Amino acid sequence: MAASAQAAAASREAPTKAQALREAGFAALVMLGLSVPIVALRTEQNMENQLVLAPRYGMVLLACIGVFLARYIQVMFVNGLTRTLLIVGSFTLLGGVARATGQALDGFSVGVFVIGAALIAAGFAWQKRVDAQAGAPAAPAFLERFSAIQPYVGPAALGFIAVYPALALWLTGTGGSIKWIDNFGIQILIYIMLGWGLNIVVGLAGLLDLGYVAFYAVGAYSYALLATKVIPEVFPTLGVWSFWICLPISGILAALWGILLGFPVLRLRGDYLAIVTLAFGEIIRLVLINWVEFSNGYAGISTIPRPSFFGIPFNASDTGFAAVFGLEFSPIYRTIFLYYVILCLALLTAFVTLRLRRLPVGRAWEALREDEIACRSLGINTTNTKLTAFALGAMFGGFAGCFFAARQGFISPESFTFIESAQVLAIVVLGGTGSLVGVVIASIALVGGFEILRELDFLKLIFGESFDPTQYRTLLFGLAMVLIMLWKPRGLVSTREPTAFLKESKSVSGSLVKEGHG
Amino acid sequence: MEVFLQQLINGLTLGSIYGLIAIGYTMVFGIIGMVNFAHGDVFMVGGFIALILFMVFTAWLGLAVVPALVLVLILGMALTGLWNWTIERVAYRPLRGSFRLAPLISAIGVSIFLANFVQVIQGPRNKPLPPMIQGNFVLMGEGSTTVVLAYKQIVIMVITAVLLGLFWYLVQKTALGRAQRACEQDRKMAALLGIDVDRTISLTFVIGAALASVAGVMYLMYYGVVSFSDGFVPGVKAFTAAVLGGIGSLPGAVLGGLLIGLIETMWSAYFTIDYKDVAAFSILAITLIFLPTGILGRPEVEKV
Amino acid sequence: MTTATPLLKVDHLTMRFGGLVAVNNLSFEARRGEITALIGPNGAGKTTVFNCITGFYKPTEGMLSLNHPNGGTWLLERMPDFRINWKAKVARTFQNIRLFQGMTLLENLLVAQHNTLMIASGMTFLGVLGVGGYKTHERRAIDKAIYWLEKTGLIDRADDAAGDLPYGAQRRLEIARAMCTEPVLLCLDEPAAGLNPKESLELNELLRSIRKDHDTSILLIEHDMSVVMEISDHVVVLDYGTKIADGTPKEIQNDPKVIAAYLGVEDEEVESVEAEVESVAEQVAETGR
Repeated sequence: MAASAQAAAASREAPTKAQALREAGFAALVMLGLSVPIVALRTEQNMENQLVLAPRYGMVLLACIGVFLARYIQVMFVNGLTRTLLIVGSFTLLGGVARATGQALDGFSVGVFVIGAALIAAGFAWQKRVDAQAGAPAAPAFLERFSAIQPYVGPAALGFIAVYPALALWLTGTGGSIKWIDNFGIQILIYIMLGWGLNIVVGLAGLLDLGYVAFYAVGAYSYALLATKVIPEVFPTLGVWSFWICLPISGILAALWGILLGFPVLRLRGDYLAIVTLAFGEIIRLVLINWVEFSNGYAGISTIPRPSFFGIPFNASDTGFAAVFGLEFSPIYRTIFLYYVILCLALLTAFVTLRLRRLPVGRAWEALREDEIACRSLGINTTNTKLTAFALGAMFGGFAGCFFAARQGFISPESFTFIESAQVLAIVVLGGTGSLVGVVIASIALVGGFEILRELDFLKLIFGESFDPTQYRTLLFGLAMVLIMLWKPRGLVSTREPTAFLKESKSVSGSLVKEGHG
Repeated sequence: MEVFLQQLINGLTLGSIYGLIAIGYTMVFGIIGMVNFAHGDVFMVGGFIALILFMVFTAWLGLAVVPALVLVLILGMALTGLWNWTIERVAYRPLRGSFRLAPLISAIGVSIFLANFVQVIQGPRNKPLPPMIQGNFVLMGEGSTTVVLAYKQIVIMVITAVLLGLFWYLVQKTALGRAQRACEQDRKMAALLGIDVDRTISLTFVIGAALASVAGVMYLMYYGVVSFSDGFVPGVKAFTAAVLGGIGSLPGAVLGGLLIGLIETMWSAYFTIDYKDVAAFSILAITLIFLPTGILGRPEVEKV
Repeated sequence: MTTATPLLKVDHLTMRFGGLVAVNNLSFEARRGEITALIGPNGAGKTTVFNCITGFYKPTEGMLSLNHPNGGTWLLERMPDFRINWKAKVARTFQNIRLFQGMTLLENLLVAQHNTLMIASGMTFLGVLGVGGYKTHERRAIDKAIYWLEKTGLIDRADDAAGDLPYGAQRRLEIARAMCTEPVLLCLDEPAAGLNPKESLELNELLRSIRKDHDTSILLIEHDMSVVMEISDHVVVLDYGTKIADGTPKEIQNDPKVIAAYLGVEDEEVESVEAEVESVAEQVAETGR
């Protein structure tokens, strides 16, 4: 066997340097074509507010060189790790050179240059090792061990998430941890919940919903309007309970919207369903912008009451949380409380999902995803099945929206754009067909990564003071979506766990599981 | 009456722009069954390319408007086509297969990337340009109720008509067009008969982008300003046009474009300008719900 | 055999797609307790008839009435597809197997018992809360699934994904799944397609046992004549959407019109071809059974 594998490897033509150079040259040429004129010439407005062109040929040159190198490496080396090391290394090296020429030839530039060189050396070393084991390029051992520990990933992650606030407090103190618990912890958990909610619609039932943000908005605006307009006027004494009262109401309203929107569209297939849901999402956003009497338009709704600790408000007064529990007042208490509220809401979503998967309705969802016509031939009313999925997903979206409004204290239509829907969908798809753990990993990666870009001030050192990483966040997000799809089109977790078994539960390979046709 | 005629002219002009973009959507859907989410942003990129090229030709090289426009059109079509070719090779071709969600997510990613790339690279402000072509014919009426036919409107409609004619010839009479129609009907069979399916698909993307780039030039000419966020809404409207006319049908795309253009201008004139985008999205939803195959589309019967 | 009362009565069924007439004024009966075969050359409209009976197409004209053994009558042409299975108890399999590939065999059979289980779980609400005795009903459903898996010889692979099964096994699973809906009429679309001779014999056994033990009548489309002639009680022949023959297998075998349809023969040549076919039929009669 080994002999034939070696023979096969030998007969497969190794790319020659000339070939690689040609491909790289072609790629660089394409890059040149792409850069002219958009990158090469920047349009700016001069003093008289007229449009003028400012050339940036240096950037074009850098881009072409970068593409040349990347393509050359990609063609010459087949092994994934080699490629990654070499590409990252050469770009880092280039970065060092760029900084040295553009700003200052100082220790930092040299340092970056050296790091780049080191990575390139590592890349070549790895390739040597791969070549030595000719015919059987070994994946690094840790990847193999990953599948062994996969069953433990879920509970471990859960444990970590449960103690995360304590960890953050311990590591960064009361002041610093607010950012870590709020911007990272709560934000990621919101998206995990949205992901788990959308997972019911897209992952389980296979209905492509591109307008999920609509239910998020319904939940948020329901709470905002009820808590700022209805409750103060009709039930003022309940003010302190407003979040807890409105939470179920938001969910129910969102579910009703789900049924309303779902009913006319659920018989459309695949792509059409996606577009219609997208259209609905946008319509709702545009109506929120334009119907000022109802939603206050662009200005949004502010002074939304925050959640109370079951009737005890989180303020500095004598009836406040800190006073009641004999603690010194600090905004951290509310933040931690909010963290656990969203954690519980998210876990509720997961619990319901797991439960429903084992019940006939959940199986019907998955069967629907596999083959709708077969479902109908077995007596299943697929319209009702779809509506249930849609409404349930909407309900959890509504809960998340209510929480979002309560946490922010202020909402406006700008928070409910199509990009949000795209983000949640990307999380679900990246996570993998209906997998709960996958959604968690994907959320942490995408949302965490997104937020962490805010923290990467050190990049300013490389690219100069005028470099603002936040500008690039959405750009990188779009790029990440493409790259992730190219790397793992079926998502990170590509196996399906059956919901019933006679002797043993055997995971179903992702290649057999359908993605649904709407 | 005058208002109506004026809006009719405006609507047809706007509709020509939408129609050109819509063709790109419909061709790609026809051949690989994918809704190219990023097409609207490719249109926007085309607009920017046109803007910069125009400035290069007029301000730097000192050409007159008309020759500059011609050069901009040709060069713009080529460069925007190159963009779409690259996008297809990098982001869509590796994902062509049975899993349908992956190319869709990839397309959304490309759309987000393009819009933000232009935002970062060119700056987030609007880019206004002094009007390229000025002057108009006064058709009738006087004072506040004149009906004018601007030169630029004539230019837009004429160029659109000429391009559509060329394009029609291309699809119906040439080998490329035949290959494309064959791939639309049955890709596997076309491949077995020796058609280079990959190349045909690439060319489809390139042609779609070329037409979108022309639309970009028209848009720039018409509105005099372009911005990085101008890809999304016109893209959706053009997609609505493609669906309305019957997705997969080329004359349908043009018809749909004209209709959407007319509806938009009439709505803005007779009702309110506020909700005009809502009108477009609503038409999209209504068409998909009640008439999914569109006006000129072919009804699909799923084999049980 | 029970009295051959009509179970399914197809009356002047016509199906038009635009200008194309797929089924033309077709009338026949499938009788209770019998296995009725619907045969004909490719493109004769057989699957279209199935789709009309099971509600996936709406007939252009005609009446489809199903008379239940216990008295109810259902007008199938007016009912949506899922109700035809749920209320009228007509189940079917598909020409291109439509299993839930990403689900296990057991899950496939549990999905088939969806409606019963839904009611048992209190339309899901009681089930989520864990009350109401859902567990018992699920146990019963699993038992029924086990019964059918054993009957089709698939019990050893109950926890495997349906997509992993070999072709013949997939066909059997589809039948098992259809039977889990407890139909009075089972419509099989080319159940023997792609089966080797041994598998075809097993299929015949299975179908006979279904008819006998479960009081389920069978309507099948088939090209494999060994299956058709072996087990059908009644054969209906279609050609270009029109019925050209209706009778017992023996009658059909010798019907010149049928032979002509399959061989594509001009009317004048029928007699000579008939003679040829008769001699072949005699050969088969001696060696085939």
